[in-house]
Amino acid sequence: MANPPRRLLDETAMGRALERMVAEIVTRAGGSETLMLVGIQRRGVELAERLARLISAEGRPVRLGKLDITLYRDDLQQIGPRPVVAETRLPTALDGATVVIVDDVLYTGRTIRAALTEFTDFGRPRRVLLCVLVDRGGRELPIQPDIVGITVQAGPGERVDVSVAELDGRDAVELVPGGDPA
Amino acid sequence: MSALGKDLLGLEGLSREQIQLILDTAEPFKEVSERPIKKVPALRGKTIVNLFFEASTRTRISFEFAEKRLSADTVNVAVQGSSVSKGETLVDTARNLEAMRIDMVVIRHPASGAARFLAERIRSNVINAGDGKHEHPTQGLLDLLTLRDRFGRLEGLKVCLCGDVAHSRVARSNIWGLLKMGAEVAVCGPPSLLPRGVEALGVTVFHRIDEAIRWADALNILRLQLERMEAGFIPSLREYNRVFGVTSERLTRAPRELIILHPGPMNRGVEIDSDVADGPSSVILPQVTNGVAVRMAVLYLLAGGAPDWAADPSRVEER
Repeated sequence: MANPPRRLLDETAMGRALERMVAEIVTRAGGSETLMLVGIQRRGVELAERLARLISAEGRPVRLGKLDITLYRDDLQQIGPRPVVAETRLPTALDGATVVIVDDVLYTGRTIRAALTEFTDFGRPRRVLLCVLVDRGGRELPIQPDIVGITVQAGPGERVDVSVAELDGRDAVELVPGGDPA
Repeated sequence: MSALGKDLLGLEGLSREQIQLILDTAEPFKEVSERPIKKVPALRGKTIVNLFFEASTRTRISFEFAEKRLSADTVNVAVQGSSVSKGETLVDTARNLEAMRIDMVVIRHPASGAARFLAERIRSNVINAGDGKHEHPTQGLLDLLTLRDRFGRLEGLKVCLCGDVAHSRVARSNIWGLLKMGAEVAVCGPPSLLPRGVEALGVTVFHRIDEAIRWADALNILRLQLERMEAGFIPSLREYNRVFGVTSERLTRAPRELIILHPGPMNRGVEIDSDVADGPSSVILPQVTNGVAVRMAVLYLLAGGAPDWAADPSRVEER
């Protein structure tokens, strides 16, 4: 059997990481134009909601959206349709906005490729930034994050699990060795 | 193989879980049709043939929108002007299309069982868009979705199918779908237009429209096919409207608000009055909107069971 999961971030550390990410988002986004955080289904949505709450608390107006990229995947034929397609909701036009894509884990980069393609069908953002809680390495496409909570080198057999209180009852980031590929 | 198997031939052959999956999958597809660019790349590179041996406007256009919004390539074959009018058999038509490497066939045909006949003989996915008096599964599914939207549930809902139930594939798909989802089902119409033995399925039978109105949460009013009159099933259209027509005057006697469905095309003033069809309880246009979403869901789910040209030689065998 596999070794026990290794804790990378606990609740306190995750809260601290999110606060640091907020500061970076605000700095990088500048002042004038519309700022929109778009969470990638599933746990990117909860992370985007938290970041947006923290940003609003600082008095910076921010919009919140969610995106499901299932229908834009490049491997639908290999895996067959994933039955559950979650909600996509973008509150306003993307044109001219600074859009921050929020996801829990950045791995191959294919999800983000799909998200970028999907955005072009919704409008033309002035700028798109990528914000992830965990960068675990292993990219298969030339995509890099702008804002990162924690960087970890995880092997192909390993899995990085992000838990959020809203869905999982607790906040945590764990490295699961030799688990099933997610 | 996809969660639905290779084909969608009818709701009789689906489980409650499979119907649930289609309805749940249709939800996010509703939103796709509200986007500025109403298109997602999920079925990019798939070729779909819409093979219509019977006149259809709504269903054919709805399927075509669903296919195009999923980025599939589509070809429409109508009977007029095709080799079918030169006497080619259904199987030969389909085999020739398949030789051009298509992935799916949507078929509408006047013969009950035509969709199954085709599905057993070709490797492409087959979707039944109405076969004779048998089934019209995507219409049944869009009716279920519209009812679920309105009531938030299907379990325990009382739905009455009114009119020409005996000749209606829409009625048959509705009865199977509603019963599987735990709804209560009734039929109402003149005895000549009700199928014999329908009670055996657990369906209540009304012969008076006022009884149906007292009982139901929703009426699904079927189109009275005008050729039925010539065939002697009903005495006259006026007589039918007087006895079975759903009028706003009759609906005022309903104990609760009744939701009105109609699969179209309507005969205003025969089975349904205009003020009912255009009234606040009518969900006839939401049905049409949901039709595109449900068909997108079915296409998307079946695409996972797309034909693998290398494998499964059993289907190539002649039967």
